[in-house]
Amino acid sequence: MMANRVMKPARAVGIVGYGAYVPRYRLPAKYISRLWEGSESGGPVKEKAVAGLDEDVVTMSIEAARNALARGQIHAEVLRAVWVGSESHPYAVKPSSTIVAEAIGAGPSIQAGDWQFACKAGTEALVAAIGLVGSGMADYAMAIGMDTAQGRPGDQLEYTAASGGAAYILGPAEHSLAVIQGSYSFVTDTPDFWRRAGQRYPEHGQRFTGEPAYFRHITEAARALMEEMGTTAADYRYAVFHQPNTKFPQRAGQLLGFQEEQLRPGLLSPVIGNTYAGAALIGLTAVLDVAQPGDRVLVVSFGSGAGSDAFDIAVTAALPEKRDLAPRTADYIARRTEIDYATYARFRGKLAE
Amino acid sequence: MEVPRHWRIRQQRYSLVGEVCPHCEAKIFPPRDVCPECGGEAKTRFDFSGRGEVFSFAVMHDAPAGYEKTTPYTVALVKLEEGPVVTAQLTDLGEQPVEIGMPVEMVTRKIREDEEERGVILYGYKFRPVLK
Repeated sequence: MMANRVMKPARAVGIVGYGAYVPRYRLPAKYISRLWEGSESGGPVKEKAVAGLDEDVVTMSIEAARNALARGQIHAEVLRAVWVGSESHPYAVKPSSTIVAEAIGAGPSIQAGDWQFACKAGTEALVAAIGLVGSGMADYAMAIGMDTAQGRPGDQLEYTAASGGAAYILGPAEHSLAVIQGSYSFVTDTPDFWRRAGQRYPEHGQRFTGEPAYFRHITEAARALMEEMGTTAADYRYAVFHQPNTKFPQRAGQLLGFQEEQLRPGLLSPVIGNTYAGAALIGLTAVLDVAQPGDRVLVVSFGSGAGSDAFDIAVTAALPEKRDLAPRTADYIARRTEIDYATYARFRGKLAE
Repeated sequence: MEVPRHWRIRQQRYSLVGEVCPHCEAKIFPPRDVCPECGGEAKTRFDFSGRGEVFSFAVMHDAPAGYEKTTPYTVALVKLEEGPVVTAQLTDLGEQPVEIGMPVEMVTRKIREDEEERGVILYGYKFRPVLK
């Protein structure tokens, strides 16, 4: 095993601003089960968030990014990178990040690019942003995880594939509302879920997505990070795990020794579904909305294909005065309009021409 | 779609970037480099807050080319906090009825996409009921 597994930047880095976004519409799981299973038994989440007709990863990222800037109280001109991680970029070729950057007033002296790593594309961008700031190449960098995830009609994924995500501004630790104390990533070639080029819907390995994919990568990443940081589950006030459904993150928490109350504030999948590249990151925005100075947070993403990024984050005294400078995650979740399956099919482009 | 025409005005479209008159302080949108109030030259950039209220509105059932996929939708005259009145779609209404005087805020959304799914996607400002 290599020495110094945990990645720590040469210069201390923290989260300077954060912003969430969840679209207004909700599709209850019972409407999906009624259609495909003939019962209103529901599914692995209560309901999922659905983007409106005029929304996509670009528009949703713009709003989350504006919220992050509002909390950071900085002008977008100081950003040196705008990175968007997603599996549902609106263009196959043409960066989402340039549109987002221009809309928030960043650039043109910036890095911009779109990241792809299934559900951990956003945290991959976060690690890169930590590196960019930590190396001194930049003072501020923005990393976004956002998705308008799609599941094939009738597939199990249709219950959970949802829309939403979050944006983060990384900057010098002394200006931050939470400090990144260390990160560790664990990646292997594991084909549990994929979408081939030109295909509209993803394929997945059914139960193969559990033990060898989600649970192995999450627990390996979390255990290695905690070992190197000299911590146990009891040292963290909160923990956020990638949340493809309700049970997986709960089980991952149990395996790592966390109690239910440590997971509860950041476990949003029951009410918004799986927001893919946004899932772990928006779980963290919900935690930051309630956390207090001194609280320590463990965040572990998971992306199919497969890998996990784990972060050890400590909240600073600056958080309480920052969080009300933009809408909280709960404000977006409370803004709820229920839709039926027919409206969902129209919103998500599932109606034949 | 005429890509260069939309590209030229992307900043005002994406984020309500207008101008302020250095002579009489009038806020100007869309930007036109000449103050409509005093006639003086006005080229100073001004970023609008995006807050305003519905001045009037109409529901579109019979949409012009490029907008058919989203009918019915609501178009409003929005009086911005800083003065100018802009024409824009309202969005995220859910089941909320629209009323004259309703406070709204700017969001950047997809305006339209041409040539089925092959063309460029046009993004720009719309307004929604104030979130918070």
